[in-house]
Amino acid sequence: MNKVRSATRTTIAAHAVLITYTLIALFPVFVIVINSFKDRRAIFRDPLGLPNEETFSLIGYETVLKQGDFFLYFQNSMIVTVVSLTLILLFGAMAAFALAEYRFKGNRLMGLYLALGIMIPIRIGTVAILEMMVSTGLVNTLTALILVYTAQGLPLAVFILSEFMKGVSDDLKNAGRIDGLSEYKIFFRLVLPLVRPAMATVAVFNMIPIWNDLWFPLILAPAEEVKTLTLGSQVFIGQFVTDWNAVLSALSMAILPVMVLYVIFSRQLIRGITSGAVK
Amino acid sequence: MAAADKPKTRWHVAVFLAPAVLVYTAVMIYPLFNTLRLALYSEVDQERIWVGLQNFRTLFGDAIWSDQFWNALANNAWFFVIHMLVQNPIGIALAAILSSPRLRFSAFYRSAIFIPTILSFVIVGFAWKLILSPIWGIAPGMLDAVGLKFLYQPWLGKEEYALTTLSLVSVWQYVGIPMMLIYAALLSIPDEILEAGECDGITGMSAFWKIKLPLILPSIGIISVLTFVANFNAFDLIYAAQGALAGPDFSTDILGTFMYRTFFGFQLQLGDPHMGSAIASAMFGIILIGVCIYLFGIQRRLRNYQF
Repeated sequence: MNKVRSATRTTIAAHAVLITYTLIALFPVFVIVINSFKDRRAIFRDPLGLPNEETFSLIGYETVLKQGDFFLYFQNSMIVTVVSLTLILLFGAMAAFALAEYRFKGNRLMGLYLALGIMIPIRIGTVAILEMMVSTGLVNTLTALILVYTAQGLPLAVFILSEFMKGVSDDLKNAGRIDGLSEYKIFFRLVLPLVRPAMATVAVFNMIPIWNDLWFPLILAPAEEVKTLTLGSQVFIGQFVTDWNAVLSALSMAILPVMVLYVIFSRQLIRGITSGAVK
Repeated sequence: MAAADKPKTRWHVAVFLAPAVLVYTAVMIYPLFNTLRLALYSEVDQERIWVGLQNFRTLFGDAIWSDQFWNALANNAWFFVIHMLVQNPIGIALAAILSSPRLRFSAFYRSAIFIPTILSFVIVGFAWKLILSPIWGIAPGMLDAVGLKFLYQPWLGKEEYALTTLSLVSVWQYVGIPMMLIYAALLSIPDEILEAGECDGITGMSAFWKIKLPLILPSIGIISVLTFVANFNAFDLIYAAQGALAGPDFSTDILGTFMYRTFFGFQLQLGDPHMGSAIASAMFGIILIGVCIYLFGIQRRLRNYQF
């Protein structure tokens, strides 16, 4: 009897800790979003109150949509993220297949060379990257960002995907070879479909850092027409710092796309992390 | 089959490797070494000249530069210490609670606690700036509600608190990552080991300290080195919350913001790519030392625990 009671008590304590921490984690987001729907007076008078008929206002969102080009920023972020992810997955899978499938001189060395970038952040090379982009005329283009993010994502992608590709059955590939499939067809038709779960993991790992990055957009592509959503909201908030309605609305609008992505992919993301892909 | 191919040059291997190796080499490895090389040059009369280690002598020897450098490095070290002392223990504790069997809603808690990690630094920086702001009054108001109003300070505006406050904001944001990794490690502990412990009367807390903790040490090692690299390379949060000048009075300046100001220029200061490269080289050295300590010092010893 005593044991049962102490087990219940432990469970209650566990839930209490977790609920407390969940509140701490969600509180700032909650405060920002509810206040973005209130008029200026209510924001200051009652910051923790929910908006009601009297205090409800969309003035902040009107300012944001009038003053900032958020649709363009969103589109830029979308292009950069989707193209970078596609390239990371395609190039990464190809290289991983070469490393996992074929025995050739320097295979291990090549693997180590590609793995270097897992630990060394690409930001260290920023000065030379900027110089290179200036001399090739790629500054203030989305291409510059795409190239940088592709290079940044490849090491981990190759590492994770080649571990998975080693697990693909040799019999299947050899059967393909006997049927006269070329090595390219074996890769695209037989192997790629089988490693789709690992590809999804790699995609989700790369998606959020690329979408949220501030450093490279700030340095390589600060021009108005190529601003990403992260940089765009940073600059917008900096300019409108005294207009609380606009700042809170801009923050809420920047939270929205990531939250949508998270709701869609959270299962994949959490499964990816917990499956030990990073170990 | 591979043997039959052997006499021919296997072009497909090269084709498979080429795109990744080319992009990686051209955009990551080459600029990395080029940055290290640029640190040995300087610009005089708009011409690039070789100066050897002069930039490093300036960085470490010249009072104006070295003060800034050591300030940034010390701040960065404190930033890292707070992460190690606060973020990782909280992460481990949350993971330990989450992994207890038959806990309901654990998937919900996991997803909710991970939410801050997916937000960008811009959102996190500004959101906390607003919440802690004395103008808006959420933080003082909430402290007032529990009778602790005297504790309130404009934390981000005071030199002595600003860096610690920002470190804690960063901890708040990233606690999800150690939590997830440790959670995964705890789940992978075989049940037989825990049952064997139970037979010997080791349950509850002592099972955690005596059985689980030693078994998850390798994961803690990985988390520590990931934290190290991320912290000594951090920039976005400080920039978003305090600007490139890392105020008040450079008290939140870390290596990332210092390098940004130096090479890109800010306000009245003109950008100097060569000094910037020198700082980048110093950061490279620091990260390399950290990673090597992990790979050769810590990881080897931890391997003994694995089964």
